[in-house]
Amino acid sequence: MSGDKPVDKGLVLLVEDEVQMRRFLKVALESDGYRFVETGTAGEGLSQTATRNPDVVLLDLGLPDMDGLEFIGRVREWSQVPIIVISAREQESDKVRALDSGADDYLTKPFGVSELLARVRVAIRHAEVRASGREETVFAAGDLRIDFTKRQVFLGAGEVHLTPLEYKLLLVLVRNAGKVVTHRQLLKEVWGPSYVEHTQYLRVYMTQLRHKLESDPARPRYLLNEPGVGYRFKDEPGT
Amino acid sequence: MDERRPDPEALLKQVMQEEERQRQGKLKIFFGAAPGVGKTYAMLEAAQKRRQEGVDIVAGLVETHGRNETDALLEGLETLPRRPYSYKGKTLHEFDLDAALARNPSILLVDELAHTNIPGARHRKRWQDVRELLCAGISVYTTVNVQHLESLNDVVHQITGIAVRETLPDSVLDRADEIELVDLSPDDLLQRLKEGKVYIPDRARKAMENFFRKGNLIALRELALRRTAERVDEQMELYRRDQGVQAIWPATERILVCVGPNPRSIRLIRAARRMAAGLRAEWIAVNVEAPTHVRPSEEDKRLLSEHMRLAESLGAETVTLTGHRVSEEILSYARLRNVGKIIVGKPTHPRWKDKLLGSPLDEIVRGSGDIDIYVITGDAPEGVPRRLEKKTFPPWKPAAWLWAFSTVAAATGIAAVMFPYFALLDLVMVYLLGIVVAAIRTSRWPTLAATLLSIAAFDFFFVPPYYTFAVADVRYAVTFGVMLVVALVISGLTLRVREQAEAARGRERRTAALFNLSRDLARERKKDRLSEIAVKHISEVFLSQVVILVPDEQGHLAVPSTGVGTFALDEKESGVAQWVMENRQAAGCGTDTLPGAKALYLPMIASSGPVGVVGILPGNPGMPFEPEQVHLLETFANQTAMAMERVILAQEAQKERVSAETQSLRNVLLSSVSHDLRTPLAAITGSADTLLHGGDGLDAETRNGLIRSIHEEAERLNRIVRNVLNMTRLESGAIQIRKEWQALEEIVGVVIDRLSGRLDGHTLDVRMPEGLPQVPFDPLLMEQVLTNLFENALRYTPPGTPVELTARMQGAGVLVEMADRGPGIPEGQQERIFDKFARGKVPGGGVGLGLSICRVIVEAHGGRIWAENRPGGGAVFRFTLPVEGEPPRL
Repeated sequence: MSGDKPVDKGLVLLVEDEVQMRRFLKVALESDGYRFVETGTAGEGLSQTATRNPDVVLLDLGLPDMDGLEFIGRVREWSQVPIIVISAREQESDKVRALDSGADDYLTKPFGVSELLARVRVAIRHAEVRASGREETVFAAGDLRIDFTKRQVFLGAGEVHLTPLEYKLLLVLVRNAGKVVTHRQLLKEVWGPSYVEHTQYLRVYMTQLRHKLESDPARPRYLLNEPGVGYRFKDEPGT
Repeated sequence: MDERRPDPEALLKQVMQEEERQRQGKLKIFFGAAPGVGKTYAMLEAAQKRRQEGVDIVAGLVETHGRNETDALLEGLETLPRRPYSYKGKTLHEFDLDAALARNPSILLVDELAHTNIPGARHRKRWQDVRELLCAGISVYTTVNVQHLESLNDVVHQITGIAVRETLPDSVLDRADEIELVDLSPDDLLQRLKEGKVYIPDRARKAMENFFRKGNLIALRELALRRTAERVDEQMELYRRDQGVQAIWPATERILVCVGPNPRSIRLIRAARRMAAGLRAEWIAVNVEAPTHVRPSEEDKRLLSEHMRLAESLGAETVTLTGHRVSEEILSYARLRNVGKIIVGKPTHPRWKDKLLGSPLDEIVRGSGDIDIYVITGDAPEGVPRRLEKKTFPPWKPAAWLWAFSTVAAATGIAAVMFPYFALLDLVMVYLLGIVVAAIRTSRWPTLAATLLSIAAFDFFFVPPYYTFAVADVRYAVTFGVMLVVALVISGLTLRVREQAEAARGRERRTAALFNLSRDLARERKKDRLSEIAVKHISEVFLSQVVILVPDEQGHLAVPSTGVGTFALDEKESGVAQWVMENRQAAGCGTDTLPGAKALYLPMIASSGPVGVVGILPGNPGMPFEPEQVHLLETFANQTAMAMERVILAQEAQKERVSAETQSLRNVLLSSVSHDLRTPLAAITGSADTLLHGGDGLDAETRNGLIRSIHEEAERLNRIVRNVLNMTRLESGAIQIRKEWQALEEIVGVVIDRLSGRLDGHTLDVRMPEGLPQVPFDPLLMEQVLTNLFENALRYTPPGTPVELTARMQGAGVLVEMADRGPGIPEGQQERIFDKFARGKVPGGGVGLGLSICRVIVEAHGGRIWAENRPGGGAVFRFTLPVEGEPPRL
């Protein structure tokens, strides 16, 4: 991506009731060039989303007045604004459900600033791509290069031969580069809706993919595992 | 004034009794010398006064017998309705105990304490009803006439010529908290009688006229006064004892009274009681079973049983001795128990018997040494039919007689053979031998017959003139006489020895049974088994069916096990058992409480209270157990109770131990966590505070340093909290393992990634072979394991040293190793490090839960984790994950 760094990266709406969290998030995001709006309740969050039209919504799952899933459901009825959910550790099922019902990514408390900024960046980027409607023909990240039209994958100079399913899997991940994709979503997109419980397939194919694309499968560079949640294609540092 | 130390045991007993008394209701008795003195009236007056004071006082049962003045006093008092009982075709209305218990007033009026209840009522006597009321905490006012007292009954009879049937054990009077004597001079009483103010049932009119003679009334009045005075005396004694003031403390006297089936014993018993009361002594009622006496008839056994029960109810200790000579047994027992006075009845049999068989009275007197002997007239009370001592013959046993005759025949045969060669006296010996044999094998009468027959045979066959019963030489008569005497003596001795042996065997059997029971009970640890054992033993010894009931959690009695030797309980019987449990007293067949029950129920009492109830069905329905059997049964019951208590206490001790351990563990956790959470918090607070106060005065480097410190400590705190939470969740079972087939590398990458910021100069080497198969495991939990192991390695090894992670197939599973080049594990600590809160000697360590969490998780997967030292220095942690089955095919 070239070009000057825009002064205004976009509007971030934070729906969070913890005062301390709001303070540090405000400082972190504003110093990175985002505009920042905060609310303490989900109800207010809904109305702000409608009126202010933010570029990304940060939603804490532990809000007192509304279940996070309900918030997401309501917003998704009329908006595709990226939603990043914030939750405590060891509540993987909550995150997964949120992601499957429309959230785009998640952050686990306690999290660091770089992680936060990376997520926000990725979310906004994908939204822009979607909005612009343009179709990429080529993808590149590090040593990896994918030619969508020719259906070819190159690692460095050499071509990597992938089976159709492996290719499809890689495609889904790359299409959501930087964002987490849940097991369920992957299975649905690659194998079909009736396969959403067959995590087994996913694992095997991911392992195969990893071995083909990564120099050290035990320390993957691109194909990251998010245990309990799904997988993420890492395309930039910080994610 | 010589102040004697009060006996601590007695004091303790007293204190405990006092405490019991506090909980129970108070009993106030209105005591009078004769009917008509105004006891009911006085009672009602007192009741009215209390009512006006606002006390909740109810009339349970008041007999006014239509007297107007008394009736008037009932005005305004709540009266309990009476309960109808049908008896002999009529409906009678009696005191309703259950209604009284349900109503639960502060004070209840119950007239005529000595009244006998109608069969069908819970208790036989009204005073037992009152006892139950008192136990339930209800106070009672009641009335008693002096002639109703058990111990005075015969004295009253002597004075008035009237034997009162409804008697009251003196213990009831003793238990009363207050006795109010209602006194009326004989003249006044006679006046009232004339005015028709005294109630006399029609059928007793004639007798009562006899009763109400002035002389009688004076004597009765004196009796009543004296009895009340005695009681005052007692209270004073108690007071003095309490205060420790005692000028003269009487030595513990013991009185012994000899009891038999003869009705005269009743008088002796009462006399003994009076003497014991007067001397404040303990007394023992002794019965000597002399096996050589004629076997007691059923009637005698029953009478004896009654007498012994009477003695017991009056407060005696009852003992049965066996022995041949009554006097010897009594004296030796008296000496053994330190008895100071013996009471015997005056002899009533003709004098020649004494001359011939020896007088037991004489023997006692002569052998008494320093024991006082009191000889008391034992005239049978009038009105009680004199029972003749029946001598029953033992059942006819033809076999015995046959034996007897055959021994004589055999002796004759042998003698005949010996006749030509031996002298006559030698032949006598042969006959004597035959008699001894008969004595050994048969009983008294056949032996006697054999004796006579032997003499006859001897005379007939061997004494000239032969084959006649005549005797040529008179001297032979002497021979016969000597023969007879010798034979009788020998047979008598032999029989006695046999019978004593029999009696001793019986005792030995009982003792052995008790010992066996104790031994078997001592070995058991489970309550159910205890019941089974007890049932088995008791039913064997008593040859009856036995049931043991034990309360469940709700306090209802239940039978813990059924089996051999037990019987089933219907609802009525269960009710009796429940009553026994609640009231801690025996009830059922043969007792005064609920005597209509089929079985006898005894409470099993241990030191902490009733533990259960044992019910025993008599072998002969309708024939209750003798007091001696009941005693033995009680002993068995109490043994069982103690064993049960022991088991219960052991269980409670165990629970206590577990609870204490849990408590202590929790305390360790709390203190440990508290310390380990505080430390990073202190650093964070301190650093932040410094930043706030330092403000611009600090240079950028210092500031950054502090900020970094906050960051690091916060992460450390995070780790500790995570570990504690994990441990808690794992232990409480909140975590469920969800195994999925996956490659190990899936989580290795995650862990490395997460910890990459903290490598701190360490190098991480990961080696996992290509073909490593998929392994079933829970990803989140396994991530925890690897993280903890990794953190452990990073923490305890010097920076710059390598950490190696390898995995390979081993057998039916996968072996994972995390190895470092640090100082290694101290010898002997390889197991200990997996304990909770075990820490190495490195500052900044965690709470010590990391490795124990690893162990819990690995073991929950079915694997094993252990630590060793490496050759070349450093430690290696290994764990296995079993691979069972195949991953699902795609």
